[in-house]
Amino acid sequence: MNPQSTLPPTPAALPPKTGDPSGPARPGSQGPRPEVRFFSRLGHVALAVWAVIVIVPILWTFLAAFKNTSEIFSSPWTLPAELRWENFSRAWTKAHVGRYFLNSVIVVSCSTFLTMLLGSMAAYVLARYKFWGNRAVYFLFVSGLAFPVFLALVPLFFVVKNLGLLDTHTGVVLVYAAYSLPFTVFFLAAFFKTLPSSVAEAGMIDGCGHSRLFFQVMMPMAKPGLISVAIFNIIGQWAQYQLPLVLLSNAKDKWVLTQGIADISVNAGYEADWSGLFAALTIAILPMIIVYAVFQRQIQAGLTSGAVK
Amino acid sequence: MRHGKYPFVIGFLFAPVALYVTFVIWPYAQAFQISMTNWRGLSAPQWVGFDNYRRLLDDGAFWKAVQHHGVLLLALPLITVAIALFFAFLLNVGGKSSGGQRQGVWGAKFYRVVFFFPQVLAVAIIAVLFQMVYRPNESGLINGVLMKFGLEPILFLVKPNLALWSIIAVLVWQAVGFYVVLFSAGMASIPGEIYEAAEMDGATKVTLFFRVTLPLLWDTLQVAWVYLGIAAFDAFAIVAVLSVDGGGPDGATTVLAMEIYRNAFVYSKYGYASAMGVALFFLTLTFAALTLRLTKRESVEY
Repeated sequence: MNPQSTLPPTPAALPPKTGDPSGPARPGSQGPRPEVRFFSRLGHVALAVWAVIVIVPILWTFLAAFKNTSEIFSSPWTLPAELRWENFSRAWTKAHVGRYFLNSVIVVSCSTFLTMLLGSMAAYVLARYKFWGNRAVYFLFVSGLAFPVFLALVPLFFVVKNLGLLDTHTGVVLVYAAYSLPFTVFFLAAFFKTLPSSVAEAGMIDGCGHSRLFFQVMMPMAKPGLISVAIFNIIGQWAQYQLPLVLLSNAKDKWVLTQGIADISVNAGYEADWSGLFAALTIAILPMIIVYAVFQRQIQAGLTSGAVK
Repeated sequence: MRHGKYPFVIGFLFAPVALYVTFVIWPYAQAFQISMTNWRGLSAPQWVGFDNYRRLLDDGAFWKAVQHHGVLLLALPLITVAIALFFAFLLNVGGKSSGGQRQGVWGAKFYRVVFFFPQVLAVAIIAVLFQMVYRPNESGLINGVLMKFGLEPILFLVKPNLALWSIIAVLVWQAVGFYVVLFSAGMASIPGEIYEAAEMDGATKVTLFFRVTLPLLWDTLQVAWVYLGIAAFDAFAIVAVLSVDGGGPDGATTVLAMEIYRNAFVYSKYGYASAMGVALFFLTLTFAALTLRLTKRESVEY
């Protein structure tokens, strides 16, 4: 299915039905019944309450990031007495949040790039070329959607260890890419199938080789699908916790953000540095808010693209 | 697409298939084999047949985990889908209708953006966030308020009968927005004429919801159920980070993923952990098959 259709719909997305000939007899033009008004008011309250439930914990974290420990205990609900930026610098350097953040950026950008390159190559060939074994390879990839990662955890650990890739970013990048392939191939193969074959044929007549056709004609045409899957993979890989926990356990300087923050939260108890933990959390959450604010439509479309099929 | 097709096809497939077989297919295949051994990582693995599986049957932690998956499997989809459906209905068709155009309530766009946001955050980060929210003294978000009013603090994560529900609440908190957007997409594809016709016949909002929206949304609901079911079988990150010592207190929140991780990477019982993995695999498979069977019904064409 075209992922465009999964964009958050607005009433305007419905087919326009203006110029109703029945005029004043329309049901909507009469005043709403009291029972309707009651429900709609109840609905407003419920929506507002949920919005508060979503926003308040995050906002509260941001505020606490500027407080000191005694303020956090004595007045958890007030504004901080002063803006203590040193909490952030302590989290960034002493608790290594900066390091973890950078590691996450490196790992996720490499693994998403690799996922998209390999995934679109495989999906393209499987979607548009007839050859012996095509279906078998396709089902090999798609069957990966049905298996829980935890089934493979122990052997995976030893495969990575035997390749000498334990506690390296390379190992994590390869594993992320491998486990992202089933969905990526599944989604992109369906997408490549919808592209018109006339353009490809014209390219072939003009003497365009198979690889050039793929990189210069088909990839640009598949852009909407590629963007949706890329967003899906970036957010999924950024959120990974179990795989880095197993694959990077002995190399603290290589840890990714999720791992690092979880570790800081354990240590915060021993060191009683709650404001540092709140600052670390803020550093982890704030960039996501900014990215989400900018790419809100694309992110919603990308994440729901897997479900609407 | 005639000449030189096979070199190209093989060239393009080689790297993806090699990577996938090395890190995904090969480990999966090995998992079944390791689950039949008593491998502890040091000496060569010894074949023990179904011994690990027999031991699973007597393992209290395993059964606790399975039981928690049962609770998660019922509660998580039920609560999440109910809340998300209610909100999606309000946001899409809850407002008044003008000229046959169904409208959402005022501020629908804002709510959709806000509700969806937790989906963008990593579960591990959310777990740390809610550790703070649930803290048992005046520094916690909830207990800070309760204690201001002179009430006893609630020990969310420490009380065994409350801990699992505190974790489910966080999962619901994260998931609702995603399903609001998903259901909204489904509702938008329901033609406005159907609502209009029903309203002409005097249908109320409640009737509209149960007689029009719900049946026409059946396929999307099924997808939601499967997705939330898969989430209920994982839940590792949230339990590992949020709960008291990884699945505690005293195993009150443990899940299979947690037990697999503990047995493999703390106790080095690789064979036993793999047997749990296989059990988890068959549980997931059973769930998927059951869902597809039970929810199978004529989809309404429109």
